[in-house]
Amino acid sequence: MDIREKYLKNYENKTIFSLGNEAVVYGALFAGCNFFAGYPITPSSEIAKVMARELPKVDGYCLQMEDEIASIAAVIGASWSGAKAMTATSGPGFSLMMENIGYAVMTETPCVIVNVQRSGPSTGQATKPAQGDIMQARWGTHGDHEIIALSPSSVQECFDLAIECFNLAERYRTPVIFLMDGEIAHLREKLVIPPLKNIHVVERKKAKAEENIFGGKLVPPMSEIGEGKFIHVTGSTHKEDGMRDIESQLVHDTLVRRLYAKVDQNREKIVKTEERFLEDAKTAVVAYGATARPAFGAVLKMRNKKIGFMRLITIWPFPKKQIMRLGEKVERIYVPELNLGQVSREIERFVNCEVVPISKIGGIPHTVDEIYHFIKEKEQW
Amino acid sequence: MIKINEKLCKGCSICVYFCPVGVLKTSEKLNRKGYFLPTPVREDKCTKCRFCEQICPEFAIHITDE
Amino acid sequence: MVIDKQEQRMIKYLRREVLPTTFCQGCGCGTILNAYVKALDDLEIDPREVVSVTGIGCSSWIPSPNFHGDTLHTTHGRAIAFATGVKVMKPDMKVVVIAGDGDLIGIGGNHLMHAARRNIGVTVFLVNNFVYGMTGGQSSPTTPMGIPTASSPYKNIESPFNIAEVVSACGANYVARWTTYHVFSLVDSMKHAIQKKGFSFVEIISQCPMNYGRYVKRRTGVELLQYFKENSINVEKAKDMSEDELNGKFVVGELIERNRREFTEQLRVLNKKIIQKNLG
Repeated sequence: MDIREKYLKNYENKTIFSLGNEAVVYGALFAGCNFFAGYPITPSSEIAKVMARELPKVDGYCLQMEDEIASIAAVIGASWSGAKAMTATSGPGFSLMMENIGYAVMTETPCVIVNVQRSGPSTGQATKPAQGDIMQARWGTHGDHEIIALSPSSVQECFDLAIECFNLAERYRTPVIFLMDGEIAHLREKLVIPPLKNIHVVERKKAKAEENIFGGKLVPPMSEIGEGKFIHVTGSTHKEDGMRDIESQLVHDTLVRRLYAKVDQNREKIVKTEERFLEDAKTAVVAYGATARPAFGAVLKMRNKKIGFMRLITIWPFPKKQIMRLGEKVERIYVPELNLGQVSREIERFVNCEVVPISKIGGIPHTVDEIYHFIKEKEQW
Repeated sequence: MIKINEKLCKGCSICVYFCPVGVLKTSEKLNRKGYFLPTPVREDKCTKCRFCEQICPEFAIHITDE
Repeated sequence: MVIDKQEQRMIKYLRREVLPTTFCQGCGCGTILNAYVKALDDLEIDPREVVSVTGIGCSSWIPSPNFHGDTLHTTHGRAIAFATGVKVMKPDMKVVVIAGDGDLIGIGGNHLMHAARRNIGVTVFLVNNFVYGMTGGQSSPTTPMGIPTASSPYKNIESPFNIAEVVSACGANYVARWTTYHVFSLVDSMKHAIQKKGFSFVEIISQCPMNYGRYVKRRTGVELLQYFKENSINVEKAKDMSEDELNGKFVVGELIERNRREFTEQLRVLNKKIIQKNLG
């Protein structure tokens, strides 16, 4: 039994009273994470703190870099050296990481970027939760690209989805963003660690000797540094063998469309949502992250009305089909979120029914009653 | 022997100017890309110090043991 | 004229299909590539044990794509940070960063300082041509005072960095400076840097005839190399010279050699202890 397995065996089947940020670390360790690089920032710091304590125990490496740009750079370098690598940050640091996230997209580098969203723009309310980086996660780095982003609503999900983030990163060879919020990150509740054998971990697909690692397949296999394959990794437009070609329109078109397609065409395999009471619903509430909790509470309070609930676990790629189906069924969709309507605007693109944002900013999350009264008033129930 | 790779040479003449014993000269002949290539004129003086070989930015000149 | 059918021996280390290089006539980048592969050849290092990490700019194109070995061509200024991740996971490999003054000192100066402080076993060959060459000759953090550039058309009024001194003050284990004229010494220093445990750094003063040369009225590689040759002073000799006497001169030679403990080695020692303790 190797060191990691021994370590994980100690945790399986345990019930822990855990912080959201802490659960992310345990999830990452169960997913095989062996490299972390980060920079202190509220409200994500506990992730780096627990990583620094736990990662050496499984013979992994935890680095505090000089800034967030260096953190994501080290993560990408480590990933190309065979590591399952992760970084964690919050808004200002996430902004700094954008260029290298684009590099990870372009070079198809599996890695996980945790963004514990806090109230912005700029320094904003550093210690307060928000959900204002939804669109930044999607479009923050320049150029056409697709991205995968998941959002947890409980401490248990911090653990479960952290594993899912690593698996998606490996399966689709792409950076995956774990879009948490300050609320869930600092929430302490029950975490049940499942038995080791029940945890599915996706391992990296290695390229054969003559296989191209930047094309030929929708998701090409990967080689690592030091295998003697003399890989050439560049953020410039490159051919299937990795060699730079910045002149050919065809090469760029083929590459960028493939990077787009590998997420877009697998949308149904990636997307996860949770649906409740939608069978006969005429009204629906769509929420995600911390906001899903009071939103569901409000829905429960209105069970005598035909109101349903959908929680987005996957934010990007957007659950297009699920939202379209919902739009055909209900007359009105309420979207409570801790921003000025980022997901509600995305929903509007796919439905013909009315979409009503319940926006709240300023660092205090919605209460059940707030959402309840808002909907009740609007529906004149 | 001093050998010059006509395909790689860009005619910068660094080898010509910095040869410690002045073995080379810029020829009047152009290569296919329009560069004036160096040419050995006093090869008997060559001490095989390989300075030209090492400083050449294009890997276009080298000394063989012949 | 002797036309060569054989190749220069070092070409075996290059990706043949990309030759000739993309560098301008008389550029120093090719000379540095030549010295780099000569150093590896002299040391009999298998290219499979080497990974070259570069940033953005002409000098980042020295190994990417020319060198036939694992190559990470990364974002502007961040090569050392990428290399840090590589070295931690691949401590037995030779991790070599090659990039320019604008890249490593300008946008990436922070990473350079911290890597030297951390003393991670990465070798950095900083190609200092005093200018942002690829973008058309803007002033860089090493452009001498008084020189006009594309972004300082009247003259550069900023003081340049003495970057080798900065890196040595940050704690690097080995620091040297040479010019592209001093090729044999450069190869020796590169060999030493590659072999040295801990952070090693060679500043290579290089010529950009196209976008620096035109501003200093030395428009060819030959003229700039002649200038390097005439104005270089060995560090031993420089010790007895005043600051005024050294103004405008290139102090070349090995500037520092020390033996601080290497970062990834310490990481591994620490991990071993923690694992032993944790498993009882």
